[in-house]
Amino acid sequence: MRNIFRKKALVIAASVTLLSLSASAAEVEVLHYWTSGGEARSVAELKKMLEAKGDKWKDFAVSGGGGENAMTVLKSRVVSGNPPTAAQIKGPSIQEWGAEGVLANVDDTAKAGKWDSLLPPVVANVMKYQGHYVAAPVNVHRVNWMWVNPEVFKKAGASVPKTWDEFDAAANKLEKAGFIAVAHGGQPWQDFTVFESIVLGVGGADFYKKAFVKLDQTALKSPTMEKAFKTLRMVRKHVDKGFAGRDWNLATQMVINGKAGMQFMGDWAKGEFTAANKKPGVDFLCVDAPGTANAFTFNIDSFVMFNLNTPDAKKGQADLASAIMSPAFQEVFNLNKGSIPARLDVKMDKFDDCAKKSAADFVATSKKGTLVPSIAHGMAVPAAIAGAMQDVVTEFFNSDMDSKAAVEKLALAAKSK
Amino acid sequence: MTAAQAPSIGKAASTPGGGLLDWLEGALPKIVVAPTFISALVFIYGFILWNGYLSLTSSRMLPNYHFAGFIQYATLFANERWWTALRNLALFGSLFVFGCLAVGLFLAILLDQKIRAEGFIRSIYMYPMALSFVVTGTAWKWILNPGLGIEKTVREMGYPHFNFDWLVNPEFSIYTVVIAGLWQSSGFVMALFLAGLRGVDDSIIKAAQVDGASLPVIYWRIVIPSLRPVFFSAFIILSHIAIKSFDLVMALTGGGPGFSSDLPATFMYTFSFTRNQIGMGAASAMMMMMIVVAVVIPMMYSELRRGRHD
Repeated sequence: MRNIFRKKALVIAASVTLLSLSASAAEVEVLHYWTSGGEARSVAELKKMLEAKGDKWKDFAVSGGGGENAMTVLKSRVVSGNPPTAAQIKGPSIQEWGAEGVLANVDDTAKAGKWDSLLPPVVANVMKYQGHYVAAPVNVHRVNWMWVNPEVFKKAGASVPKTWDEFDAAANKLEKAGFIAVAHGGQPWQDFTVFESIVLGVGGADFYKKAFVKLDQTALKSPTMEKAFKTLRMVRKHVDKGFAGRDWNLATQMVINGKAGMQFMGDWAKGEFTAANKKPGVDFLCVDAPGTANAFTFNIDSFVMFNLNTPDAKKGQADLASAIMSPAFQEVFNLNKGSIPARLDVKMDKFDDCAKKSAADFVATSKKGTLVPSIAHGMAVPAAIAGAMQDVVTEFFNSDMDSKAAVEKLALAAKSK
Repeated sequence: MTAAQAPSIGKAASTPGGGLLDWLEGALPKIVVAPTFISALVFIYGFILWNGYLSLTSSRMLPNYHFAGFIQYATLFANERWWTALRNLALFGSLFVFGCLAVGLFLAILLDQKIRAEGFIRSIYMYPMALSFVVTGTAWKWILNPGLGIEKTVREMGYPHFNFDWLVNPEFSIYTVVIAGLWQSSGFVMALFLAGLRGVDDSIIKAAQVDGASLPVIYWRIVIPSLRPVFFSAFIILSHIAIKSFDLVMALTGGGPGFSSDLPATFMYTFSFTRNQIGMGAASAMMMMMIVVAVVIPMMYSELRRGRHD
């Protein structure tokens, strides 16, 4: 009896030491919400790269809710003092996490990789907390796209609009020919996505920055903003009746099937087209939303590093950060995801025409200073303010509120804390 | 209740010279109940207190403990969306609760007429309850969608001007939630009433019949008043379903169009978990609890007092 116990104890002791040994090879636990087809493939790529560097990848995927579920899990992990090595967080939320004092910096890796010269300053600023790099950017999505079915436009005898006035005329023509002009999904974030493109088109990049980044009250209350709301009302007219609650990908399907002519959506919509074997430039067009040809609203995914006490965490985080920023990963990942690389020097040969245009515009607008963060996708202002402003836009979209009242409400929402 | 019975069981079983075993026998019920009791204490009341404190702090993305007074309540009540949620709760709550009571009672009375195949029909009405609110919400979302469901069907039947767009109309969207809720829950209320009706003493009804009372009068004057306890439990069950209602709205309308069909529960979820305003979310959760307390406590109090006097 006693002998058996002693044997068991030995086995347990041995396995405990084994466990602790295996833990000392840098383990990288990454929280992310990329679980669907192309995204999951991209994550697998990252895993391969880290394992080649001798780290142990511990996958921590939380699906659903566009990252909401993942954030809830992350909060509870951090509150209980047990954060993952890195987590998928984007935009001003990085600043909020930084203010909680739980982030680790990767300045050394950034310096070694010359991130400052590779990233546009607007993007680099998002990745920094108080001047220190705490995150690595994975991709850049462009939001101010308009997806067009050229077949529908041809049948209706309309031309692709470049201004919002032309848009109204074109939409009328499409409707007369029996098509739905705008495929839209009536969810608050989609309403806000359309509105952000309208504000950019009506007011230009400087106005956009004043109103949606600096939250300048005079800009928010200006006649330009009122005009933007009036334009949104005009767009609302061209939306079909079944829009309420429709998911964005179903709206994209309407453009693909030739039921509808246009959709305003970020370049993740491209995945739907390519999955249906449609070719860019032939079966569908990606054009700038009316009036936004010289500007670019970006939505960037990034991985943020957390402060950990384990000695090998630093190594793991450095490896992860440099792997994410490596041209090889940026290329593979973005080919799968439909976005473009965040660093400016990746070769675009393997990408399709839409991505090439996006990348060219990304470089051009970052020089001109018309590269602006997307407010509808949580890149411009903290969640509380963006949410309050989204409430105003979606209420306007779904009621007969007049533009003056909407402007006042939007300005008030921008003050919310 | 079990804890209160424990000592008497212990005494009854105690024989002289029992010792440890005896003590164990006496304490066993308490030991068995203790985990439930403790977990209820911590996970319900403890967390209510914690949430109450959070609602008085300046918590944003993560909980913090900087006392900030009633500022979260002030911002909560300055928020238009919260008022929409409250107004929707009043509308949804009253229509849902009284609608379920009315439909449930009506169905129960019809079923009580000693009809054929009662068990079969009863199961049909009961079945919606076996579904989760998410399923109900999704199914009704399709049925009520103007491009797919009722509106399209009726139009194809030859009435091209038929209009039924409540789901996409911000002024009526909350009523679609009422419709789906009624469909789901009235069968359950019917079962409650049916059990109550079966408990009504036959001899009273027979006596009334001898006195020449008509059937409606018998129901109105005798049967329904005697169902008072059933009304009470149905009301309590339905009102708490209404106040905490979340999944049904999320599946059916997602709170939309816009935020026109928001309820306090969906409001609380949005602000706590997606907008990094935990303090305000906690404040709204406290207000939800106050609403439950305000509705249920007076009712329970008067009902239980009555019960004791009888």
